[in-house]
Amino acid sequence: MLAQHLPALQVVIPLLAAPLCALFRRGFIGWLIAVAANWLAFAASIGLLIRVLNEGVISYAMGGWAPPIGIEYRVDLINVFVLLVVSGVGAVIIPFARTGTAARFNDTDQAWFYTMYLLALTGLLGVTITGDAFNIFVFLEISSLASYVMIAMGRDRRALTAAYQYLIMGTVGATFIVIGIGLLWAMTGTLNLADLAQRIPEINDTRPVLAALAFLTVGISLKLALFPLHLWLPNAYAYAPAVTSAFLAGTATKVAIYLFLRFFYTVFGGGGFFSSTPLPEMFLVLSIVAMFAASTVALFQDDVKRMFAYSSVAQIGFITLGISFVTEAGLTAAMTHLFNHAIMKAGIFMLLGGVMFRLASVKLEDMAGIGRKMPFTMGGIVILGLGLIGTPGTSGFISKWWIVLAALEKDQWWLVALILVASLITMLYVGRIVEVAYFREPSAKAASVREAPLAMLIPAYVLVAATIYFGLDTNWSVGLAQQAAADLLAGLY
Amino acid sequence: MTEILADLNYWVTIFLLMGGLYIIVAHGNMVKKLVGLSIFQTSVYLLFISPGKVLGGTAPIIAPGFELYSNPLPHVLILTAIVVGVATIALGLALVVRIHEAYGTIEDDEVQEMEAD
Amino acid sequence: MMRDTVILRVVVKLLLPAILIFALYVQFHGDYGPGGGFQAGVAAAAAIILYGMVFGIDEARKVVPRSVVNTMIPLGVLIFAGTGVASLLLGENYLDYSPLGSKPVKGQHLGILVVEAGVFITVASTMLAIFYVFGGRADEADEKGGEG
Repeated sequence: MLAQHLPALQVVIPLLAAPLCALFRRGFIGWLIAVAANWLAFAASIGLLIRVLNEGVISYAMGGWAPPIGIEYRVDLINVFVLLVVSGVGAVIIPFARTGTAARFNDTDQAWFYTMYLLALTGLLGVTITGDAFNIFVFLEISSLASYVMIAMGRDRRALTAAYQYLIMGTVGATFIVIGIGLLWAMTGTLNLADLAQRIPEINDTRPVLAALAFLTVGISLKLALFPLHLWLPNAYAYAPAVTSAFLAGTATKVAIYLFLRFFYTVFGGGGFFSSTPLPEMFLVLSIVAMFAASTVALFQDDVKRMFAYSSVAQIGFITLGISFVTEAGLTAAMTHLFNHAIMKAGIFMLLGGVMFRLASVKLEDMAGIGRKMPFTMGGIVILGLGLIGTPGTSGFISKWWIVLAALEKDQWWLVALILVASLITMLYVGRIVEVAYFREPSAKAASVREAPLAMLIPAYVLVAATIYFGLDTNWSVGLAQQAAADLLAGLY
Repeated sequence: MTEILADLNYWVTIFLLMGGLYIIVAHGNMVKKLVGLSIFQTSVYLLFISPGKVLGGTAPIIAPGFELYSNPLPHVLILTAIVVGVATIALGLALVVRIHEAYGTIEDDEVQEMEAD
Repeated sequence: MMRDTVILRVVVKLLLPAILIFALYVQFHGDYGPGGGFQAGVAAAAAIILYGMVFGIDEARKVVPRSVVNTMIPLGVLIFAGTGVASLLLGENYLDYSPLGSKPVKGQHLGILVVEAGVFITVASTMLAIFYVFGGRADEADEKGGEG
């Protein structure tokens, strides 16, 4: 009976937990509720994965109203993969959240923080699981509004302006998405994604549908921080509390990428339509510019959190590059990197949270010589940094490998060269941190610090271990991504 | 002329859309930006609501003597969108209040100047 | 505030019960005609906000204290989401109210009534919370705030 209701429970568990946190208004109880809810949500995702592998696409009618009239929750391989990433990354981050949050906020604020966290989780899981276009918008705004609050709770006053900036740009993006959805609805009379996927291909050369496509492209690109629409991201990640940065880096942009895939491949009718528009070329160019421009900017940052925020923009470039190939290998690369990058970036921001907790700064100059004082924290950052570069033995290598494979499949040697050069820039900025942290005399601030508390280290090391594990065993990550890519290309839903 | 008037709802939508977006981009005052954002979102309400009207149809409540009803779906959708809009503006204004407390100004360029040094 | 304007004070006192009754009318008429928890919640909150604007925010806080508001916001969401869980436990899909009553129609009726009550509570208290937070910000500028 429980298995039958898993699609609803996936969203309902964190949704119920959020008001509970607000009701108790105690930091510790709020944290316990958040951990329980997040782990249950992760269990639900695993349950859904098992069901999808056994019986194929699951359809769940909300309130018993049959789709396409009622709201449908529809789970296939593609979104169960993203559900796993979101709830999994969350499940690792939330145990980490206790130490830093308890040290900074009073009881009430802690409880609100966990409420917002759970609402953001609800929204992201909802966007991923729902099969209704308008539902996507509502869940997207739930998650966005919660994440604006989570960003504004950073310790620097610049967190406020970052949150404001993100609010403006995020709302513009979401409104663009809803305009696109509105135009599609006006043309087809349906909001059900599966239904849209059947009706759109017949009319996908009409002007309103093309206008919808344009609005959706800009809106979703804003949400996924595609260069040059990434301007909200660096400040938001840099000044938010560590939990927020780790959670958003691991989940929010990934869900936006899922949305992109869902609309362009599923709703508009498989890979055929996508490659008939000028979009693949556009995304190819923008991805390459993102890889280079953002990596180069990252190289010159003095704030390490900001550096990795720019690195996120660059890594998103790698993902959209895979999408722009419109081949099975390219989409596999994109899905694999979505998975691997979520794990690596969340881990890095968690470890930086540990640095922030002890050192009260993540400025490069303050972190001089910290490698000897916080060996585990810095060791973890170095391993995850190697993953970002794409060193063999880490999961980053696997995704780079697939991207190179996809480029070779299209006989584009120059792209392979560009990917390698971009990885080289990544190596330079990771190398800069290694040099400062290990080969310089400790700064005055760094001299007195201790290793980060175990409650912060252990969750982060789960992600470090995952980065190495998925670099060696690719059955799950690549295997699932490959099947999902095939479904996407065929436009199956 | 009649063709243009026939699509009047879309013209108003486009006008509000562009006007709102222009205010967001052109104004440095954070409250004014939020006003622009609100206008921008309003255009979407119109975009959804206007195609739902069936000419000659009444409110979608089943009653004897009426056969033609307007489409109720956009009303439900836009009620939700309005709530989202209210929440966004409330949160935005709350952030502006906090920014004012932290910086003493709500002008975008002045805040950036203060951060530059 | 406007403590000296007698006309305003008298008119508001006369209007308050009417607004609140109208809110309740909109609330309970919601399953037969236009209306529902949403509109009713805003109307009810408007009554308190009007009272607060004329008699001062502190007077409004005496009527509906902030702690009550802060409890009501999550409570309403819980009622709403909990109704869905109740139908889950009774073996139907989430938010399918049919098993809540002896007949499906009765169940649907009861379900929507409870859900609307949840919506009413959350909307009314959220509106009030926004009013309190913005209106009272100047008095407690030194107090740290995390509301949003």
